[in-house]
Amino acid sequence: MDEVLLEVRDVSLAFGGVKALSEVSFDVRSHEVRAIIGPNGAGKSSLLNVLNGVYHPQQGGIRFGKLEFRDMDPHRAAALGIARTFQNIALFKGMTVLDNIMTGRNLKMRCGFLQQALWLGPARREELEHRRAVEEIIDFLEIQHIRRTPVGRLPYGLQKRVELGRALAAEPRLLLLDEPMAGMNLEEKQDMCRFVLDVNDQFGTTLVLIEHDMGVVMDISDRVVVLDYGRKIADGSPAEVRANQKVIDAYLGVARA
Amino acid sequence: MDTFPKLAMRHAHERGERPAIREKHLGIWQTWSWRRFADEARTLAAALAARGLRRGEHIALVGDNRPRIYAGICAAQCLGAIPVPLYQDAAAVEMVFPIRNAEIAHALAEDQEQVDKLLEILPQCPGLRHIYYDDARGLRHYGQRELTSYDKLLEIGREALKNNPGSVDAEIAQGSGGDTAIMLFTSGTTATPKGVVLTYRALIEAGRVGVELEKLDERDVVLAYLPPAWVGQFVFAVSQAMVAGYCICCPESAETVVADMREIAPTYYFAPPRVFEALLTQVSVRMEDASAPKRWLYRYFMGVAKRVGTQILEGKPVGILDRMKYNAGDLLVYGPLRNVLGMSKVRVAYTAGEAIGPDLFRFYRSFGINLKQLYGSTETSVFVCIQPDAEVKPDTVGPPVAGVELKFKPDRELLIRTPGLFKEYYKNPQATAEAKDADGWFHTGDAGYFDAGGHVKIIDRVKDVGALADGTLFAPKYLENKLKFFPYIKEAVAFGADRDRVCAFINIDMDAVSNWAEKRNLAYSGYTDLAQQDAVYELVGECIAQANADLARDPELANSQVHRFLVLHKELDPDDGELTRTRKVRRGFIGEKYASLVEALYAEQEKVHVEAQVRYEDGRTGTFSADLKIREASTFAPAAARSAA
Repeated sequence: MDEVLLEVRDVSLAFGGVKALSEVSFDVRSHEVRAIIGPNGAGKSSLLNVLNGVYHPQQGGIRFGKLEFRDMDPHRAAALGIARTFQNIALFKGMTVLDNIMTGRNLKMRCGFLQQALWLGPARREELEHRRAVEEIIDFLEIQHIRRTPVGRLPYGLQKRVELGRALAAEPRLLLLDEPMAGMNLEEKQDMCRFVLDVNDQFGTTLVLIEHDMGVVMDISDRVVVLDYGRKIADGSPAEVRANQKVIDAYLGVARA
Repeated sequence: MDTFPKLAMRHAHERGERPAIREKHLGIWQTWSWRRFADEARTLAAALAARGLRRGEHIALVGDNRPRIYAGICAAQCLGAIPVPLYQDAAAVEMVFPIRNAEIAHALAEDQEQVDKLLEILPQCPGLRHIYYDDARGLRHYGQRELTSYDKLLEIGREALKNNPGSVDAEIAQGSGGDTAIMLFTSGTTATPKGVVLTYRALIEAGRVGVELEKLDERDVVLAYLPPAWVGQFVFAVSQAMVAGYCICCPESAETVVADMREIAPTYYFAPPRVFEALLTQVSVRMEDASAPKRWLYRYFMGVAKRVGTQILEGKPVGILDRMKYNAGDLLVYGPLRNVLGMSKVRVAYTAGEAIGPDLFRFYRSFGINLKQLYGSTETSVFVCIQPDAEVKPDTVGPPVAGVELKFKPDRELLIRTPGLFKEYYKNPQATAEAKDADGWFHTGDAGYFDAGGHVKIIDRVKDVGALADGTLFAPKYLENKLKFFPYIKEAVAFGADRDRVCAFINIDMDAVSNWAEKRNLAYSGYTDLAQQDAVYELVGECIAQANADLARDPELANSQVHRFLVLHKELDPDDGELTRTRKVRRGFIGEKYASLVEALYAEQEKVHVEAQVRYEDGRTGTFSADLKIREASTFAPAAARSAA
C-alpha cells in the first residue's frame, strides 16, 4: 500500500531566465490521491508537464516504479501507464463521446491498419473487447445518455467528465488531473469529486491532481504538496498543510494585524 | 392460475425462450427469457426465505425499473410475502412512514443512493434488519451488517435450493387469488400516505379485461420507464405482462428513455399527459430550428393530418385527394416523426392520470398514433374506463370496461364497483370505510358526468370544483389544463373560488421559453430572471388571451377567463411540496404558501415582493427575494349565448 510509485527528485525547470520550478522533490505512493496546490503561476502545471514528459527539466530525476529517468517523454509516459487530463479540455469536438473515449484505448490496440480496414476476425474481436471497456467507463461515469453526442455540443462539466473517461480508457497506473474542477459549479464539483474518489477506490488508480479550489483538495486528497514561485513550501496531510504558516501566508494571503 | 408466481412459472414452461424482460446494460440490450426470470425469482425466493422472510410479511423495493427489482417482486410473491415498491426519488424521511407502517424488515435497493437513504433512516426504523442491493458500486467499504448483495443472495438461494429443491414451488402452490399481491402507497396528495392493499384476484381480473379489449399477447413489448411504485407501472409491467406474457424493457437510465424507446419500438405504450406534452414541445422546438423547406413540409402536412388524420385512423370515409395527401405525408413527415418518437410500432397508447389537452390529444392521433384515454386509480387496479378504438373523444375517458359498474352522486362524485377493487387501506379501517361503502362502491372523489354517448367525462376533483362569487361554475383544473397546453407554459395554478374573477400563477417552460428567448437575443441569467422579463410576460399574456377567447365561447365558462396573472419566480417542485410526486399541482398548499402573492393578484398591485425559503437538493435551505410583476390579461365579452339550454 505504501510503496512509492513515483518519485521526483530535485527537479528544476527554467524557460530562458524564468525559473518555473526550483529543486522540487516529492513522491507519490501507490493508490493515493496526491494533490499539488499553489497560487497562480506557482508552477503546478509545469510540474505536471514534467511528469508526463511535455517539459524536460534541466536538473533532477524521476523514478517511476523501478525505472529511473533523467526526464520523461510523452510516448514513454503513456506506455508506462501515465494518463492525464488537461486544464482546457483537449477532446475531439466533432467526434462522439464514445469515439473520444475509444481513442483512449489506442495504445492497447494491436491490430494493424489492414486488419482493421478489412474487419478481419482479430480486429473484430479486438473492437468488441475495447468497446466493452469503453462502455464500462461510460456506465461508471453515468454518461449513457450522451454516448452518441458530439463532444462539442456538451456543456463544460460533461466535457470534463468525458475527458476523464478518455484518460481512464488507457487503464492508467497513474492519472494526472489538471484542474479537474476548474470552472464548475458546486454540483458539478461534487459530482467530479465523487468520480475521482470512485476511480481511486474502484480501479485502484493512483491520482495526482492539481487544483485551485482548496476546499475540494482538502476533502479528497491523502497528501498535499504546496508550491509557491516554483518552490515546494509544504508537503503533508491536508490538516498539516492547512496549519502550515508558510502556506497560509503564500496561498491564503498574509493577515495584517 | 390465480397468482403472479403461478403465471410466471407457467410462462417459463410454455414460452420459456420468449423474452420476459430486457435491460440495456453497457450499451447492449440484455434479454431475460421467461425461464431465466422464473429461475431467478425462484432462487431469490429461496434466499429470502433463508433470511427469514415469511408469508404475509412485507418487503420494500426501492429503485428504478430493473430486471432484478422485478425478480425481487416476484420472489417475494412466491413466498406469499407482500412487495411494497417505494418511489425511488423520494427523500429518506418519506420512506420512514411506509417502512414502519408495514413493519418492513427486508428491503431490496437498487444502488448506493438508495442504500444510503435506507441506512440513514435505520435509527427510526429499528425493524429494518436486511438491506439487499443490486448495484455494488461504491458500496465496497460499507461494513453494516444489514447489507447483503444481490449476487450473494443468489448464492444463498442456489445453496438452499440444492438442499431442498421443492421448497419454493411448495410455497407458490400455497398461494391463492385472495392473497395480497402488492401494497402500493398513494403518493400522499393529502395527509399521510395510505397503503393500498391489492389482491391477485383484483389485479389479474382488471388486467385481463384490458388484455382482452386490446388483444395483447406475448408478442407485445412495453417500455417500463415510470416509477415502479406507481400503480400504472405495476399494472403494465407486472399484472398485464403476467396475464399476456409480453416483454417489458427497462431503459438504461432516466436520461436515455427517448433513445431507448426508439431502439425498442414498444407496441403498447402508456404515458401521462405531461410526457406527451414534453415530447410535443421537443418536436416543436426542433422544428423551429429546422431549415425553411422542412418547416414548410412539416406545417403543410401537419395541416393535412389535422384535417383528416383522425378520420383515417378511425377508418372513416375521406376524400381520395386528401387520402393521397395523407399518404404522401405519411412517407415524408408522419412516419419519420413516429420513428423519432419511438412510436413506429405502437398499436395501443394510453394516457391517464390527468385530463389531456384536446389539441394535444388530436395531434398524436392525427399522425397515426392510436392514443386513447383511460380512467382508473390505485384503488381500482387502474382499469375502470377505456375508450374503445372506434369511439375516441378528446374530452371523455370512455365507457366503463366489462365488469365495471359506475354511478354518480348528486354532487357529481363518481362511484365505482369493480372486481379490481382494493381490499383495504393497510391498518386504516376508518379510511377504508370512508372510501368503500357497505355495498362495495368506491367513492373516487372525482367529479364528472356521463355524456350523451354514455362516456364518462371527468372535470375535476369534487372538492376542487367550486363557484365564483356570482355562483358560476369554477373548475380550476380545467382552466389550468387549458393554459398548460401552450408550449411556453409548464404549470398554471388558477384561483377564483368565491372570488369575483379568476387569477393565475404561471410557470414558464424553461426549454421552450429559453429557445424562444435565444431567437430574440434576450439575455438572462437563469429561470427567475427570464421569468420576469417584460417580453416573457407579453408572451404569456398572449397565450392567456387566446385561452380566454376560447373560454368566452363557452357560456358555462365565460366567467372563468383569467383576468390577472404573474409568472412565479421558481419552478413548482415536488421537493418543495408544491407538486405531488406524480406532478399534480397542490393548489391548496400553493395558495397558502404564496398567500401574499394571491392577495396581490386581487389587489390592484403592479408588482409584489416575494421572499422565499428555497430547499436545495442536498437538503440545505437558503432565502431568496425578488419583485414579481403582475399583469392584466385581455379578456373577451361572452359570445352571444347559443340556445343550448
